[in-house]
Amino acid sequence: MYTELLANIAILVLAGFVGFAVISKVPNTLHTPLMSGTNAIHGIVVLGALVVLGHLPSDAPWSIKIILFVALVFGTLNVVGGFVVTDRMLAMFKPKKDAPKAAEKKGADA
Amino acid sequence: MSYLVTILYIVAFAMFIYGLSGLTGPKTAVRGNYIAAVGMLIAVVAVLIDVRDTDNWGLIIGGLLVGIVLGVPPALRTKMTAMPQLVALFNGVGGGTVALIAWAEFLNSDGFTTVETVPSVPFIVGSLFAAIIGSVSFWGSLVAFAKLQELFNKNFEKKVVASAKAFQLANIVLALVSIGIAVYIGIQADPANDPTSALWIVGLLVAAGVMGLFVVLPIGGADMPVVISLLNALTGLSAAAAGLALNNQAMIVAGMIVGASGSILTNLMAKAMNRSIPAIIFGSFGGGDSGAVGGSASGGTVKATSASDAAIQMAYANQVIVVPGYGLAVAQAQHAVKEMAALLEEKGVEVKYAIHPVAGRMPGHMNVLLAEADVAYDAMKEMDDINGEFSRTDVTVVIGANDVTNPAARNDSSSPIYGMPILNVDQSKSVIVLKRSMSSGYAGIDNPLFTADGTSMLFGDAKKMVSEVTEELKAL
Repeated sequence: MYTELLANIAILVLAGFVGFAVISKVPNTLHTPLMSGTNAIHGIVVLGALVVLGHLPSDAPWSIKIILFVALVFGTLNVVGGFVVTDRMLAMFKPKKDAPKAAEKKGADA
Repeated sequence: MSYLVTILYIVAFAMFIYGLSGLTGPKTAVRGNYIAAVGMLIAVVAVLIDVRDTDNWGLIIGGLLVGIVLGVPPALRTKMTAMPQLVALFNGVGGGTVALIAWAEFLNSDGFTTVETVPSVPFIVGSLFAAIIGSVSFWGSLVAFAKLQELFNKNFEKKVVASAKAFQLANIVLALVSIGIAVYIGIQADPANDPTSALWIVGLLVAAGVMGLFVVLPIGGADMPVVISLLNALTGLSAAAAGLALNNQAMIVAGMIVGASGSILTNLMAKAMNRSIPAIIFGSFGGGDSGAVGGSASGGTVKATSASDAAIQMAYANQVIVVPGYGLAVAQAQHAVKEMAALLEEKGVEVKYAIHPVAGRMPGHMNVLLAEADVAYDAMKEMDDINGEFSRTDVTVVIGANDVTNPAARNDSSSPIYGMPILNVDQSKSVIVLKRSMSSGYAGIDNPLFTADGTSMLFGDAKKMVSEVTEELKAL
């Protein structure tokens, strides 16, 4: 009866180790984008808001609907804001030589 | 269909991991972020497929739209100097989401007595854990945001920081109260019992929320990198807990990875300050009220210099190392510094940047500012890589940094920061320190660097002084 839970806990533990392995390699210089990138990723909680709101019967009290609506807004804010900010920061770190190359490629494609 | 949803979740979290591994270098980082974002989109599509028969499409679409409309403009417009606040805010709303979901779940199942998930125990435990951590993270992040945005009155902040001990006591009580309420709700969740009133879950959220407020309020500005990392880790863990409760593998993996990342950063930051995480959270001298503020203990004389002398010194150097600190962010001097460096490079001077892990208000804060000013990625050096170079450096320019350059950390065992890894600025042939006044740094400790023989001080606003030096360089 607890097989599902145990499988999930196994996933949890493995994910922790994967996280440590991947993140340990990130250099100090990129720590702010790392932080805002992981910030965007924990915006995954928006899934929780969507699942619960999605399974809520239509006759559920408005108080619950309002709470979940706010949760959904918060979660979306977290995801969207997080990724946009991270992109802005990372674009600044991109080696400048790449810019003309990218333009060339585009030109070639056209 | 539920298989499809789970498969999409797996695709999503694989993309998170692959995307994050791109963050190991500046060339792959942008693409890595896109990959993670696409992973997120896939996860959201998966959940929408899962709930496609819902009666609440209006609320769902409305919520997503409102979130996007509120989230994108600040993300696009906020200045790079204000990044720590923005990251704190986005982190907070994530924690808030988790806490709100738990609240809604409680109401929707009559105090968890009518939970449909079988078995219900992991659902209830996961939800309660998520409620506590999410609430702590939400309110803690809001305080961090307010502090970084300098919304608090300075006197108020000083008083709060000074009474850190009282806050610790309150926090222990609040932690016990939160856990107590959670246990009570858990016991009462047995369907045989009467449902607990909605006041209990509100009480839980309030107790945890006040704890979040009280943990962050008395923490001083320079400890912010640790606090922000810690709050990030907490939100990740609360997401993972919510994922266990909802049996959602994408949430479990993503939350746990963020938890791991936040823990690594917290640990790195604490190490860079040579202090334990509990010591920072429960403020030993993090309060800044240490009695160690000996006005003239070092007794040396301070040599002031002028912009023109500083310009001449730098122009005839072989190598100049710039050491940025929070003062650079406050003065928004990054572009001025880059302009000065460009002129020096024209004159054949090599310019490098030495960045201490805890410089600024969040991990990597200085790097982001310098990157904004187009400083090359390879010119920004980590502490361990550059420390050997100071002795070969003619001029080191310290801009708005203090404690991270304090040689007392290396050679004065009575100093409160003794043992903290520092940049060995004092080993370079000469040092120019840009500073607004002779006030001591955040830790309230004298910095013998300022009175050392090779050091001269350039007093004034960092941006203004750097611009003046630049003008002098042009005239040379």
